[in-house]
Amino acid sequence: MLETLHNLAVGFSVALSPPVMLYAFVGCVIGTLVGVLPGVGPLAGISLLLPATFGMDATRAIVMLAGIYYGAMYGGSTTSILMRIPGEAASVMTCIDGYAMARKGRAGAALAIAAVGSYVAGSVSVVGLMLLAPPLAAFALRFGPPEYFALLLFGLLVLAYMSSGSMLKSLAMAALGLLLGMVGIDQMSGYFRYAYGVVELGDGLGVVPVAVGLFGVAEILATAGQPVGPKVLKPKLRELLPSREEWRQSVAPIGRGTVLGFLIGIIPGSAHIISSFVSYALEKKLSKHPEEFGHGAVAGVAGPESANNSATSGAFVPMLALGVPSGPIPAVMLAALMVHGVSPGPLLIKQQPELFWGFIASMYVGNIVLLVLNLPLVGLFVNLLRIPYPYLYPAILAFSILGVYAVNGSVVDVWIMLVMGVLGYVLRKLDFETAPIVLGVVLAPMIELALRQSLAMSDGHYAIFFQRPISATLLAVALIMIVLSLRTFVRRGLDWRARMALAEKGES
Amino acid sequence: MLTIDRAAGAALAVFALVVLWESRRLPLGSLSNPGPAYMPVGLAVLLLFGGIGIAVLGSGSAPLSSLGFRGEWRHTVAIFAACAFCAVGLERLGYRLTIFVALLFLLFVVERKGAVPSLVFAAGFAAGTFLLFDTLLRVPLPRGPLGL
Repeated sequence: MLETLHNLAVGFSVALSPPVMLYAFVGCVIGTLVGVLPGVGPLAGISLLLPATFGMDATRAIVMLAGIYYGAMYGGSTTSILMRIPGEAASVMTCIDGYAMARKGRAGAALAIAAVGSYVAGSVSVVGLMLLAPPLAAFALRFGPPEYFALLLFGLLVLAYMSSGSMLKSLAMAALGLLLGMVGIDQMSGYFRYAYGVVELGDGLGVVPVAVGLFGVAEILATAGQPVGPKVLKPKLRELLPSREEWRQSVAPIGRGTVLGFLIGIIPGSAHIISSFVSYALEKKLSKHPEEFGHGAVAGVAGPESANNSATSGAFVPMLALGVPSGPIPAVMLAALMVHGVSPGPLLIKQQPELFWGFIASMYVGNIVLLVLNLPLVGLFVNLLRIPYPYLYPAILAFSILGVYAVNGSVVDVWIMLVMGVLGYVLRKLDFETAPIVLGVVLAPMIELALRQSLAMSDGHYAIFFQRPISATLLAVALIMIVLSLRTFVRRGLDWRARMALAEKGES
Repeated sequence: MLTIDRAAGAALAVFALVVLWESRRLPLGSLSNPGPAYMPVGLAVLLLFGGIGIAVLGSGSAPLSSLGFRGEWRHTVAIFAACAFCAVGLERLGYRLTIFVALLFLLFVVERKGAVPSLVFAAGFAAGTFLLFDTLLRVPLPRGPLGL
């Protein structure tokens, strides 16, 4: 414990240095903007800003990108509450009761509860990250290729299981992502696979063009032609204080959302989205007045908003400690670290303590920045929504092209983004989740290498995966999940994934 | 009836078959010593079964004709064309000129905004982002033969 506090002190010495604080502030502001603007989620935001971090050192870069991530979680609630438009996917649940509160004249209170809940959850979950990541990293030093193979496979299966909608479709998307990740030079034999003479494809499909295409461009293709211009509610500063009763009603949901969000964040999947859904369902179940949900229940705002912020910290645990991304956003963050010559994994905390602890400390600073930013400046951020969409989407598109090109200085990446954009657009139309594709692209080379190294270790015997306790456990849990999803399929009932899919479409 | 899931499942299965066909050029290896085609082939087989499964179970999904492309296709094609132009023009014409033309096209032609606002927005955005990223943040952006 004493060592942790000492390390944290080192971290704060890094995080409180003016340049790092400045980048944390910039990241939080950009993140809030990204969260407020419909169509630009945290994933696209982080991907687009990645090239701008090239000139920075790794600590400043990761601090800024993380600021964008949790800033987007804060910002997403604003449009949900004031316009019933989720700025990003994790704020879907906040739309229901947040907007209902706004219509009752409690928009300010809803915003304040969302901001305070996000602050509490963000700060508490960083403690969890701080305490859990180092022992997990120490444990992961025992991992060899079979354990990594099992872990990566487990991660993909959990992502498919946790995705909303059909698991078969999610698994198909994961397989598609893994297949796309096979493009490029085979690491073991040096063969060029599916590159068709395009030298730039030798390194494979970059995660940034794939992510920006599937999430950013696809969103623009889907929304550009639709009429927009809903009414924007604009609360006054003096209306931001919730009543004593509203505070009382929000304390327990914030606490539960924090714990739940962090735990779900650690598990692979689109954690911030799932956590807000599960939190909403939990609060409704525990409430003495479930009939109030959907009509402005305070718990329906406090719980999901706390959960989605807490999940962002949880998602950093496997990324930093194991070097394994738990979802598409950590995957892009992982790529960002690699661009800066940092290899996340068990040795990161030992080899680069300043980066790790500086990052942890910056999250405390970032949460305070966001609380200060979001409440008094909410009117300013809402004004962004007054920019007509016909001007906004070409700008976002130009930023996407700029961001993707700048990563490698290659137009091939722009083409990849474009193809992925069309693919993402079509898949959205066909009701497929695209998050497993991004994770598949990132994990494919790792899984393949781990599989082939494991087989080389065992003289080609697959029993190695079941003889080692960690890999055997992970594979057994993965198998149980498949069986569980088959059970639901056989019963043909609406399980929680199907209900979540309906909620995301606004049908519940 | 051709439903959304049936069409999607069939498309995935066809893609998997294409991957299997393309993989024939690469050594497959063996079960105990996988070659470079081993994992792609395995994944393609998985995707093939997944696609077939989605198609077979997809009789209850909405009909394919219910997909609403009608109101969007004009924008979709225009955005695709603008992006494709950027990919072709970025290194040939330079960042500023390419983005200027693409934005002007989207605003003036597609969105039918006035000539002056479209020109001002396109020129301001192209020059402003170049200044921010290339000059201030030192992210190298292409200039093209015209120095733009």
